[in-house]
Amino acid sequence: MNDDLWLLLVIVACGLATFALRLSFIVGGAQFKPGRRMQTVLGYVPPAVLAALIAPEIFVRQGHIVFGLDNPRLLAGAVAVAVAFFTRSVLATITCGLLALWVVQRLF
Amino acid sequence: MSDGGARWAHLDGANWRQELAGGVRMELPILLGVVPFGLVYGVLGLQAGLPAWAVIAMSSLLFAGSSQVVFAQLWGAQVPVAVIGGTVGVVNLRHMLYSASVAQFLTGLPLRWKMLLAYLLTDEAYAAAIGRLMLGPVNPMRHWFLFGTGFTLWLGWQLSTVAGVLIGATIPSGWALDFSIALTFIALLVPALRRRSEFVAAAVAASVALLAQGMPHKLWIMAAALAGMLAGMACRRFDGSKHA
Repeated sequence: MNDDLWLLLVIVACGLATFALRLSFIVGGAQFKPGRRMQTVLGYVPPAVLAALIAPEIFVRQGHIVFGLDNPRLLAGAVAVAVAFFTRSVLATITCGLLALWVVQRLF
Repeated sequence: MSDGGARWAHLDGANWRQELAGGVRMELPILLGVVPFGLVYGVLGLQAGLPAWAVIAMSSLLFAGSSQVVFAQLWGAQVPVAVIGGTVGVVNLRHMLYSASVAQFLTGLPLRWKMLLAYLLTDEAYAAAIGRLMLGPVNPMRHWFLFGTGFTLWLGWQLSTVAGVLIGATIPSGWALDFSIALTFIALLVPALRRRSEFVAAAVAASVALLAQGMPHKLWIMAAALAGMLAGMACRRFDGSKHA
């Protein structure tokens, strides 16, 4: 088979699988009426998933976990958390976090 | 979702345009973090050896940023297709959690709406809309809010991907633009931590995500998410009198 066509088919297959995951409960959920307990569990989806995605971005560098102050992303991440906490502004958090990373990278 | 229901009082009885505008306004600042990530993805995709058309087409056909990076890297490394598909699927499993979380707010909608909103259901669109859906007024037009966050993110992602393919290589790597995605998630997470149990859920999920990095096919994402959710559930009694 033509290489480009094969690549396109694999992308479409991955796209359909992802779409099915996103659609699963929204459509299948005609019967899915979460009880009180299930609703409470689902309330923890945002903090749990977001934190799971953030941690490796900050602590894992080149396949190793780096906790020390020699990790510029740790310092910049701390600045971003503080800015997010006090301003609750998405723009301020992203801007200050990136600026902090640039400053720390220059200093060390 | 920081200030409870009062923050959304202005949407009481809102028409579809007001809900749509609310969603768009909520998502726009998030693009500041998503656009750099789109640029980075465009560059990574080309570096991995994908043709430009595939890098761009993936953004609408797959439309899931981190799994697109994973796809490009695995394709470039000539990993068997079954492994690529499996890994992309596992990376995107968390979207089932989003699906379960928003399903209760979309029950009465026609199928075409459900399919559209499912297609647009990304990390950033979900995180930006779920506060309004859970805490805001029960309004028959509120799905427009989710459409507003989803479509804004979609458009920003498509444009930034194309820009990344065209001009991304001219961006110095010292700018560390890939950090913008972590910053975006921090900006969405921190204001969402209102109760002790939510803080515990985040801390446990972050710890498990680091400890489980060795799991194959990026299974650590789901392991960490589920561990965090269970930990939050288990710590509910420390939240005091507030119940959500």
